[in-house]
Amino acid sequence: MAQIFSRAADTYLRVVLIGLGLLVVGLLLLAGGLVRSDYLTGVGKQIDQPVPFSHRHHAGQLGIDCRYCHDTVEVAASAGYPPTYTCMTCHSQVWTNAEALAPVRRSLATGAPLRWNRVHDLPDFVYFNHSIHVQQGVACLECHGRVPEMVRIYQAETLHMSWCLDCHRHPAPHLRPPEAVFDFDWRPPKDAEALGLRLVAAQGIEPENLDSCYVCHR
Amino acid sequence: MAATREIRDRLKALATGRLEGRSGRAYWRSLEELAAEPAFHDQLLDEFPSLEPVLGSRSRRDVLRIMGASLGLAGLAGCDFGPPQEKALPYVRAPEFEVPGDPEYYATAALLGGYALPVLAETHVGRPVKVEGNPEHPVSRGATDLFAQAAVLDLYDPDRSGATTRLAQISTFDAFQIDLIGRARELEGRRGSGLALLTGAVTSPTTLRLIERARERLPELRWFVHEPVGNARRHEAARLAFGRILDLHPRLDRAEVTLCLEADPLGPGPAQVPNARAWVDQRRAKMAHGELPKLYVLESTPSLTGAKASEALPAAPAEIHNATLALAQHLGIGGIEAPELPLHLRAKVLEIALALERSGEAALVMPGAHLDPQLQALVFRINQQLGGLNRTLVATLPVEARPEVGENSLPALAGAIRTGEVDTLLILDSNPVYTAPADLDIGDLLQTVPFRVHVGAYQDETAALCPWHVPLAHPFETWSDGRAVDGTASVIQPLVRPVRGGRSMHEVLATLAGEPQAEPYEMVRATWRRVLRGRDFEPAWRQVLHDGFAEGTAAETQSVEARPVEAPPPKKPGAIEAVVRPDPSVWDGRFATNAWLQELPKPFTKLTWDNVVAVSPAFAVEHRLDNGDLVDLSAGVRRVRAPVWILPGQAERTLTLHLGYGRGRFGGVGSDLGYDAYRLRTTDELWVIEGMIVQAADASMPLASTQEHHSMLGHHLVREIGIGELAAGRSVVPKEHHRPTLYPEWDYETYAWAMTIDLDACIGCNACVVACQAENNVPVVGKEEVLLGREMHWLRVDRYYSGEASQPHVHFQPIPCMHCEKAPCEMGCPVNATVHGPEGLNQMIYNRCVGTRTCASYCPYKVRRFNFHDYTADEPPTLVARRNPDLTVRARGVMEKCTYCVQRISAARIEAKKEGRRIRDGEVVTACQQVCPTRAIVFGDQSDPDSMVARAKASPRDYALLAELNLRPRTSYLAEVSERPAGDHRLEGEVREF
Repeated sequence: MAQIFSRAADTYLRVVLIGLGLLVVGLLLLAGGLVRSDYLTGVGKQIDQPVPFSHRHHAGQLGIDCRYCHDTVEVAASAGYPPTYTCMTCHSQVWTNAEALAPVRRSLATGAPLRWNRVHDLPDFVYFNHSIHVQQGVACLECHGRVPEMVRIYQAETLHMSWCLDCHRHPAPHLRPPEAVFDFDWRPPKDAEALGLRLVAAQGIEPENLDSCYVCHR
Repeated sequence: MAATREIRDRLKALATGRLEGRSGRAYWRSLEELAAEPAFHDQLLDEFPSLEPVLGSRSRRDVLRIMGASLGLAGLAGCDFGPPQEKALPYVRAPEFEVPGDPEYYATAALLGGYALPVLAETHVGRPVKVEGNPEHPVSRGATDLFAQAAVLDLYDPDRSGATTRLAQISTFDAFQIDLIGRARELEGRRGSGLALLTGAVTSPTTLRLIERARERLPELRWFVHEPVGNARRHEAARLAFGRILDLHPRLDRAEVTLCLEADPLGPGPAQVPNARAWVDQRRAKMAHGELPKLYVLESTPSLTGAKASEALPAAPAEIHNATLALAQHLGIGGIEAPELPLHLRAKVLEIALALERSGEAALVMPGAHLDPQLQALVFRINQQLGGLNRTLVATLPVEARPEVGENSLPALAGAIRTGEVDTLLILDSNPVYTAPADLDIGDLLQTVPFRVHVGAYQDETAALCPWHVPLAHPFETWSDGRAVDGTASVIQPLVRPVRGGRSMHEVLATLAGEPQAEPYEMVRATWRRVLRGRDFEPAWRQVLHDGFAEGTAAETQSVEARPVEAPPPKKPGAIEAVVRPDPSVWDGRFATNAWLQELPKPFTKLTWDNVVAVSPAFAVEHRLDNGDLVDLSAGVRRVRAPVWILPGQAERTLTLHLGYGRGRFGGVGSDLGYDAYRLRTTDELWVIEGMIVQAADASMPLASTQEHHSMLGHHLVREIGIGELAAGRSVVPKEHHRPTLYPEWDYETYAWAMTIDLDACIGCNACVVACQAENNVPVVGKEEVLLGREMHWLRVDRYYSGEASQPHVHFQPIPCMHCEKAPCEMGCPVNATVHGPEGLNQMIYNRCVGTRTCASYCPYKVRRFNFHDYTADEPPTLVARRNPDLTVRARGVMEKCTYCVQRISAARIEAKKEGRRIRDGEVVTACQQVCPTRAIVFGDQSDPDSMVARAKASPRDYALLAELNLRPRTSYLAEVSERPAGDHRLEGEVREF
């Protein structure tokens, strides 16, 4: 009776088994990579907005302070989106007939709010508070990137929980003196690390408690 | 809850004899527990009462198949493509001072039976979300009752009427106004004769002013008042005793010996909050001197006051009537026919009379507001005899407008309709077709009035019989005003535009008065120019809007002298009597569509979603009745079929009927619940129905009671300490020494949040449960789910009895999460979804939870709740707007529990950090603590020895629940203080191993 398995059968089996193993590892790596990829985190993704608002023009070239529009960033959880009236403080005087601003004028005329697409959108079970971060010396730049250089605003960081925790556990390198929070041109001094540690102590920041779940989730 | 012979035999033993020879436990929750039913014990061991009704009929294979399918589908559910693109909608023009995300508080008031309870309403970007008590108000002093807490849900109720209708067709308010203006012109020609107004009790100065305006134009206008659970009899009694109508206020803070005769000052109603506070103030003051105020209660059915009494004696209404006469006789009031009394009552009355006499000026005898006016007048005379009148029982000018119409107002209206004197009828915020005594046939009579208008919040029974229906705005939607029980006037300011397009009652009255264009805001201001006369109006008005009330507007105190009144003749007890009470949750039916109140376990029965006929254990044995058995009740020709509930402490031959149910179809929440007790009431027998015939219907229905859900196994759940022991410096438990443990050691270097709950102060009013539900977005699950033990309340109030079933002591114990320092739930969770926080909070992380429910099975306090279904998914959009945005709305398959209101802690921590300081003591107030009328709940940082909570924990009354488990809970209890030494309870059942 002939052998059922040829001499090569063992080899085939080994190749298939190794192949399967590699496939599984590969898939896992792929999934891991995909989760961290810009495609899924949305980093750098530019979304169309109802009004082609340019942060580069307003915040960069014109040098308008962040807080002119995001006026509750220092006092409340939400930084705040500017009401139509805020846009119109200038645009009732300049670019009064610009085609691009038609939706803003329509909003003013009809009383219907502008419908912006959210770019930095945390999950609903996360309770982020701008005011406390700003107060403790976390600059806009730390999370939002170089906004004055962005034409259309986009996400500069992954906003993953691990990314939040990196800073909550080791806040020192990410802190600035409170007066420099809104300054995109601030350069850390030579003793940046020492400054960070000084700020941690001065502000009463407790990194050992900052990774407690209820700090962000409730 | 199948009744076995054994229970029946036990019940018989209970009803007839004593509880001798029972093994072990001093405290029990239900008669099944008392009877030590084996089935009951099995039920206790289940973590959630039972899956059996769900899985019961399926085979093991089916169950496995379903589980497999669930697993597969759960995997599928994970395959989404990320969250949808969210929109951000900024304001067009931002309101001044509005900070999106930060709540704003407005001083306004909630209404109950016409009386205002001042509150601070929390709004988020214009959406009212929660009400808190107004700490500066002289009546509420920061607390609210459960109805005020639930008022915010009514605001968003999709069942509220949303359109003006004419003959059931949608019309407009303008069309209505045109019709009414025409009618008013016609009426003007005949000086208003034929015009009648029917309202509920009115305290609103603006409503009163507008009615006066209308009367100037139409002088023969007749105004009738119908309040189903009102003060009419009390006013009538005052007229008999003092010659004029007055309000009478018990001053429990001054009384040392109090006797309540069917009176329930601590029970639900407009005066609950101030009475409860006064009671607890006095109790704490006396306790500091090693004494307790005496509170005797004679009652036909258990009341919250009876639960806190030194002694509560169940007695039939006729017996209470006779006991009152006997008391008057003892105190030397002449002209009383000697009543017949059972021996034990006779002895008791003598004892009480002596105690009252000894107390003299500090004695108080309170008659129930629904007792015979003659008898109440006699009680006022008793108070005078004792010396307490004007001191412990204070009279003021009446707060309600036009109270002189009294109880006969509705019958008078019916009479006027019958004789054809009324051809135009405006019904303002009243539902007489449902709430009128059955013998008036008000529904048929109404239809003989040619022009009739119903202004009300719902398309209810009365609306169905009125050609015109105008939707009434919620108090939080329109400008109005009202007075609190002490008469202090409040402005009710709107928090939001009418959600359902309701109109103010003032607009209707103004139309009648010939001012159809008047705006509610201007009308209220015009009134307040009068209320605030003598002050600079604009600043005073702004101050009132800020404070929520006008100082110095309380009703004037009157010094009174009770005239001798003719005493009523004694009654002959014996027949079965039924007493009628408002429902503790839905009151007279006006809250029938409020799901929070419907699902709120009632204080004694712990029933949800139904009303029952309460019967005594002895009565149940005699008629072979069990919980849920249906009976036919008949009084004369009127009949109702209703389920019974066996209530320990109920007078033996007295039934209790609760109003507010049996509405037939009434919205999504209120439909087909309970039976209608109004159908048994007549004008002569509003509160006590004599000669009731009870017939078992040989059928039963399921009733959703939570009394056995989440039972804890263990001893000493409720503890008492005798006042003598307390005064002698003894503690309720030996001071805790930390025993060794295998759980991880935590370092607590920052705040240590902790809570104490004073069982001595807790009156079981349930306000905390509703407050917690509102604050924490706790879902409502419905009757079927409650039957399965799946109610979601984070805070429950356990009710224990001790002593005999016929006359038990009642103990209330609110149970939130204990936040154990050594928490078993944290050990159990396989995915770290419940973890220990640095401040000692036992954190529940919803987004990690995969729903194994291990934590719940590890929790000895049974405080964890599981979302078996997506309870919040199908809520109508208006209810979504009600939710508190400061915490997550939980999805299906997720465990949840009390968080110590962590959103409030976080908010306070952030504010304190910003100001570079520690959180101050009293800065974080949990929702349950905020509303408590007796300040029973204290919360704070126990690491600060000066904090209120640390001082409370240092009390000799402080003890931990299930301390034998060594879990070091952060929530602890202050033992009840009793007059008798608590010695025997303490010895029994030493630490038990689990």
